[in-house]
Amino acid sequence: MKRGERRIRRTPLVLLALFVLLWLTGINLGEPGRVLEQAKSICLACIGIG
Amino acid sequence: MEIIRKWSQAIWLLLVNGFWGFPVTGNLYQGPLKVICSPGLNCYSCPAATTYCPIGSLQQLLLGIRFSIESGRYYMGAFVVGTLGIIGATAGRFICGWACPFGLYQELLHRIPSRKFSIPPILNGLKYLFLVFFVIVLPLVLVDDFGLGKPWFCKYVCPAGTLEAGIPMVLLQPDLRTTLGWLYVNKIGLLVLFSAWSVLASRPFCRTTCPLGAFYGLFNRVSLVKIRLDRDACTSCGACHAVCPVEIRINETPGSSECINCLRCLSEACRFDALSLEVAGFPLRSRSVSKANVSN
Repeated sequence: MKRGERRIRRTPLVLLALFVLLWLTGINLGEPGRVLEQAKSICLACIGIG
Repeated sequence: MEIIRKWSQAIWLLLVNGFWGFPVTGNLYQGPLKVICSPGLNCYSCPAATTYCPIGSLQQLLLGIRFSIESGRYYMGAFVVGTLGIIGATAGRFICGWACPFGLYQELLHRIPSRKFSIPPILNGLKYLFLVFFVIVLPLVLVDDFGLGKPWFCKYVCPAGTLEAGIPMVLLQPDLRTTLGWLYVNKIGLLVLFSAWSVLASRPFCRTTCPLGAFYGLFNRVSLVKIRLDRDACTSCGACHAVCPVEIRINETPGSSECINCLRCLSEACRFDALSLEVAGFPLRSRSVSKANVSN
């Protein structure tokens, strides 16, 4: 490779592809609905009560 | 650059806490935006929160994993971890420096004039223990008679939850005041401790305790956008060490998991353009001044 010539770094792209796959798996399993359900209600433990 | 960063932090603070109808409704936001992940640490029980907290949601999914498997739903946190991984692989700890509301809170406290102290580097490793044990292992393993775990980090540690949700919700809903006990006092104590520590040291929570920062830090070396060091241009003058808010030596440890990518080293310190931003290997800015040129 010549000096100054840049090469694309593949690692972040591979990682991105893997995590997009994991994200899609979560969507396929219906997790967003569960996350939304949790986030809509008050988390008493987070507040220091539950 | 610092002004742009402060604006970015303020905009993110308002984006993830954009529901200002809570004094009227007396409750937190319950709309569909809460399916979107807050990139920084921001409690979803904050009455103004419009997004979910990834650390809180992950614990909630893991603590109820037995129930979900028994009911054939298999909620194992893939959606939340996938989202965190996409953010981490793209930006690493840029989120900590540019988009985290609790990071901004600590930075503002650190501006209070006082004697300043450093944080022993050995404490930096604690946040990984909090990530592994308080966010993953304990909610999964320690379960009650019904097979339900606890959100250990949220319940016993998270000062962001106390600041953003604990105090406002108790003020907003008087009924909750009757249920306050030692747990609430303990969490207020931790908030006071981290707030006082933030006055004396820079970002103590981010550096020693934050599981989200620990997770993003794993990507700092390989993220799509990252700081690049040109070793030929670096004169090892140490100017970057002096401005670093998390006390790292970026010219010795480029891609350090402790770096919050605030870019002060790049914009305020380095006169030799040894540091630059790159995206997937391609520099965003390149004005190389070699050591030879400088000495001539």
